[in-house]
Amino acid sequence: MAYRRIIVGDSEIRVPEKLLTMGVIPMILIILFGWLSTGVYKVGPDEVGVVRTFGEFTRVAQPGLNYHFPYPIESVDTPKVTEVKRIEIGFRSLGNGQYRSVNQESLMLTGDENIVDAEMIVQYKIKSPEAYLFNIVKPTMTVREASEASLRTVVGRHNIDESLTSGKLQIQEETKELLQEILDKYESGIQVVAVQLQDVSPPEQVIGAFKDVASAKEDKNRMINQAEGYRNDLIPKARGEAEANIRDAEGFKEARIKRAEGDVAKFKSMLKEYRKAKSITKKRLYLETMEEILPGIDKVIVPDGDNGNVLNLLNLNPMKEKK
Amino acid sequence: MKKYILLFIVALGILFTFSTVFMVDETEQVVILQFGKPVRTITEPGLNFKLPAPFQTASSFDNRLLEYDVPPEEILSKDKKSLIVDNYVRFRIINPLLFLQTVQSVPIAVTRLDDIVYSKLRQELGTHEMAEIITENRDMIMEKVTLDSDEATNPYGIQVVDVRIKRVDLPQENEKSIYARMEAERMRQANKFRSEGEEEAQKIRASTDRDKVVILADAYKTSQEIRGEGEAKALEIYASAFSKDPDFYEFVRTLETYEKIIDNKTTLVLPSDSKLFKTLMD
Repeated sequence: MAYRRIIVGDSEIRVPEKLLTMGVIPMILIILFGWLSTGVYKVGPDEVGVVRTFGEFTRVAQPGLNYHFPYPIESVDTPKVTEVKRIEIGFRSLGNGQYRSVNQESLMLTGDENIVDAEMIVQYKIKSPEAYLFNIVKPTMTVREASEASLRTVVGRHNIDESLTSGKLQIQEETKELLQEILDKYESGIQVVAVQLQDVSPPEQVIGAFKDVASAKEDKNRMINQAEGYRNDLIPKARGEAEANIRDAEGFKEARIKRAEGDVAKFKSMLKEYRKAKSITKKRLYLETMEEILPGIDKVIVPDGDNGNVLNLLNLNPMKEKK
Repeated sequence: MKKYILLFIVALGILFTFSTVFMVDETEQVVILQFGKPVRTITEPGLNFKLPAPFQTASSFDNRLLEYDVPPEEILSKDKKSLIVDNYVRFRIINPLLFLQTVQSVPIAVTRLDDIVYSKLRQELGTHEMAEIITENRDMIMEKVTLDSDEATNPYGIQVVDVRIKRVDLPQENEKSIYARMEAERMRQANKFRSEGEEEAQKIRASTDRDKVVILADAYKTSQEIRGEGEAKALEIYASAFSKDPDFYEFVRTLETYEKIIDNKTTLVLPSDSKLFKTLMD
């Protein structure tokens, strides 16, 4: 097929010879067809098509292949309505798991005039495509600014200890509510899907003092535990000792009684014998005892009526050296 | 020649069409000017007509919510504390005609807006103490500033939808004193925990020592009672038996005592008139 070269500015267009030689009517038809075909457009599965006719919003097109009258009669926007967008407050992800803090955003005053470092993620999506397209400018910036304002407002309502610990969930909820309220006020067509407080911590400058409080808490528990240990060690031992004392006393008591009973039994039987022949028994018992004890000892016999005179000692066996 | 006339007519027709027919988009509103004098305002989107160019022209204005981020400013609170306030403004052109007559364009409007919002904010914050601005009354203050600013910008055809404080920070030097206070507060807490720990531990130890003494004393008491019982019982047993013949008991007991007290280290001195000696001699 033969072409003719046409220079348009810097570029060169090759136009089939036939196109130039055919009549005006087919040419107009071709141009018309070409123009009409620019109205074909695709709406992705995560999008909707918002069609404006002469600038006025007229209809919404569902995913699939669609047609609108070509420019300038109709135009279409295809915002991603199912996509959940995410913005980060107080930090920025740098990819591969790393991130950078943005202190200017993350440091904020609490209700009791302390400062906390709070980081947050906001997820949002388009609730009403028409409102999103026609009512606001710079949607991402709008959400970012409103998020920052809401978070700070809410943290300002809470004191530092709540912000750092138990109140986190509540702050999250309140922030989400306030943010949605603001975005609705702007008729932005944006829905807040989630607000997540990532990390709420004391500012770097004072983090040491906060950590010390935690370790002081540990110290307290440790001291109490040690004292409990002391108690657990001492009291059972004392109880054992007490029990031993009592058992000892009980033993003593038993023994004392048994011995008494034994002594008494012995006495009773001796008494029985004694009663049979009092004098003889008495003498026998006396002598028996003397036999028992006298052989092993030194004896000194002092003669009659001269008790004090040591020279008269009758030495029965030589006195041993005494220690 | 005929061809050129036709072409001219067609071109004229196209030009005429383009200067008489115009679109008003969803995001805009249009004021029609006739020789520079405004004649009508179109806020509804769609196709519209006007007289061709030299007679009537169309000026379009955004009808979306517009944003203006005010640079951070230092403002004094009622209690003379200096605060760095960073806020933003959301506004809308509600009366394009007025807007056109007074400020003409958005950049000029923004400078006006800046002046107004700044003065309203300064005025309002000056009547509140720092604590209120930071905490409970922030919403109220912002609402008040929004309303005041809106009133003041009405003559410009501008509606202030929202003035919102993004950040309230303290100047650097105050920040330092806050950090110092926070640190002191935490130190106080830490000290409190440690002293509490010591207190608790002391209490536990003291009560332990006390309990130990009591337990041992109790045991002593009980054991002495038991011993006493034993002694008493023994005495009773002895008494009941020995009372049958006290003389014999004395005799037997004396013998037993001799046995106990005399061992091989004893030297026995026996007077020759003693009972034992006599018994031995007889």
